[in-house]
Amino acid sequence: MTYIFDGSLPGLLTAVFEWFERKPGKVTLKSIEIFQPEAFAECFTVTTNSEKADRVWAGLQKKLKKDWLRKFYCSYLSEIPEAFNHLFQFTTYIFQNEKGAESNYGNEHVIALAKYAKSVEREKHRMEAFIRFQHTADGIFYTGIDPDFNVLPLISNHFKNRYADQQWIIYDLKRKYGLHYNLNTVEEITISFTEGVNKQKPAAVLMDAKEELYAVLWKDYFKSANIVARKNTKLHVQHVPRRYWKYLTEKL
Amino acid sequence: MSDRIREKLNILADAAKYDVSCSSSGGTRKNDNKGVGNSHTSGICHTYTEDGRCVSLLKILLTNHCIYDCLFCVSRKSNDVKRAAFTVDEVVELTMNFYRRNYIEGLFLSSGIFKNADFTMERLLLVCKKLRLEQRYNGYIHLKMIPGASDELIKEAGLYADRMSINLEMPTEAGLKLLAPEKSHADVIKPLGFVQQNIVQFAEDKKLIKHVPKFVPAGQSTQMVIGATPESDKDIMYTANAFYKNFALKRVYYSGYVPISNDSRMPILGTQPPLLRENRLYQTDWLMRFYGFKVQELLNDANPNLDVDIDPKLSWAIRNMQHFPVDINKADYRMILRIPGIGVMSAQKIVQARKFGKLRIDQLKKIGVSYNRAKHFITCADSPYQLKDYQGTQIKAFIMAESQSKYLKTDSNQMILF
Repeated sequence: MTYIFDGSLPGLLTAVFEWFERKPGKVTLKSIEIFQPEAFAECFTVTTNSEKADRVWAGLQKKLKKDWLRKFYCSYLSEIPEAFNHLFQFTTYIFQNEKGAESNYGNEHVIALAKYAKSVEREKHRMEAFIRFQHTADGIFYTGIDPDFNVLPLISNHFKNRYADQQWIIYDLKRKYGLHYNLNTVEEITISFTEGVNKQKPAAVLMDAKEELYAVLWKDYFKSANIVARKNTKLHVQHVPRRYWKYLTEKL
Repeated sequence: MSDRIREKLNILADAAKYDVSCSSSGGTRKNDNKGVGNSHTSGICHTYTEDGRCVSLLKILLTNHCIYDCLFCVSRKSNDVKRAAFTVDEVVELTMNFYRRNYIEGLFLSSGIFKNADFTMERLLLVCKKLRLEQRYNGYIHLKMIPGASDELIKEAGLYADRMSINLEMPTEAGLKLLAPEKSHADVIKPLGFVQQNIVQFAEDKKLIKHVPKFVPAGQSTQMVIGATPESDKDIMYTANAFYKNFALKRVYYSGYVPISNDSRMPILGTQPPLLRENRLYQTDWLMRFYGFKVQELLNDANPNLDVDIDPKLSWAIRNMQHFPVDINKADYRMILRIPGIGVMSAQKIVQARKFGKLRIDQLKKIGVSYNRAKHFITCADSPYQLKDYQGTQIKAFIMAESQSKYLKTDSNQMILF
């Protein structure tokens, strides 16, 4: 049997609730986006219900420690279709077993979540490392990114704590929303770009007068820090995969 | 103005790049004064140079003028290179502007010694104070101690820096005397010991008094140049081990010597830096710090140098086949850590997962064990029954046959037909 949900986190949690209410046996969870009706399989559409979702989440909080709740959330943010099903199966597995069942790394859903979480945390860490702000004339530090996973919710606190005395915007160009820190709080924003504009960085006229200088100095520094006799391109690309080069001032 | 600063940055970054320490981890500083910057527990590598080394900190010298003439150093007095010096404000300005754009995790500040040690140390201290007090900067600062600087200056610097370090330069006193007659290991031991005492003292005070200022919260490190003088791997690692023990160092760095001089006492210009050896030394260092190996097990009079063709963990296992095979479902965590092909993360997952049932090969693979390597040293629930008892040398041949080392360009197991 297939359960279909709307792709939201509350939707996923509601699906777990519905399964326990009906106990229909083996079920696969799919999001509506990728669902293709099959001729002989039964399916059931889950209607997202925030009360039911909250109850499931509260239950999970009782069963799992913080680190595993985070792994759960990270796996959800991966947006990978199979991850939704693993999350569903993992949750039913956790509820049906004694506390501590999440350390059973022999279980395929446990190990799957550990892996998704690792990928998402790696992408989050890369964004913390590879984001390069451009200082605009109106004093805001801006960057546009398109991460593999939806990591903005995970990096928000890091940037808020670190750059507490400067306004910044980090915009996810793929998912079309961004974060703006206004010196007090971080707010979610959407920008309507003009057609054909470079979304990654502001136009030269909008840039702070010193921006160009520091970009050049940084490029110089990057070149000077390299030891030519030790050249190792394979290792270099392994650490900074090519798809991130477009973010990096020093690689442009 | 911008041309001059560019030139200075090029000269002083170029001169600082042979210091390999790059870590920005271990700091605990928070941004609690609404300033800029904080420590990230695991550190962040913001980019990597084309030689594959990480760039985490803005690593520069305050100046490359130097009164010393150490043969292994580009900034030595007798070397004909362009000289430059930053002003204190220039360093502060650069650090702040790079940091605000998320280019760097912090500042790594070192210097050639001009006039005398205290004069130089005072300037370094001034940079730290300006950053912390005027700019409200809470990012990472790695400060080099200048050999011979006074205790007062070093202690004050410790209040502003996250990590402090001073380089051993050569693994043995004899090697150092050969290339830098004016220096000795004692010059390094004294400040390392002094800072260590203070770290302990501040930690003691913290037990009694609530608000004690931070003192070098990310600890100390040092660096040795390898391959410039003829020490064995055993000499190098025994020295490293002693420094880890005596000064509670966070890291010892091993820097393969990149030829920069034509002096007959050192490898000639154009010699390839010993990258493979460097790699093996780091592997040994990791085995000592995270895998519970004693340095004497890995290197001793019978084996004074590390194997080139296989890593030190595999090499140890092959020399000590009496400990294997290890039963994954019963063995102690410490023994599981010693199996080639199993790392710390996999070992931890194994001991947690086996409580739920005996582990099988497919589960080990999913957990992340490198099974093709580990299979020679383990048994698990569905290990194939094996009649033959292989010798260590045979196992080595099996593993070598299926692995492709990036360092071995020609496969030594290939038979030659003609």
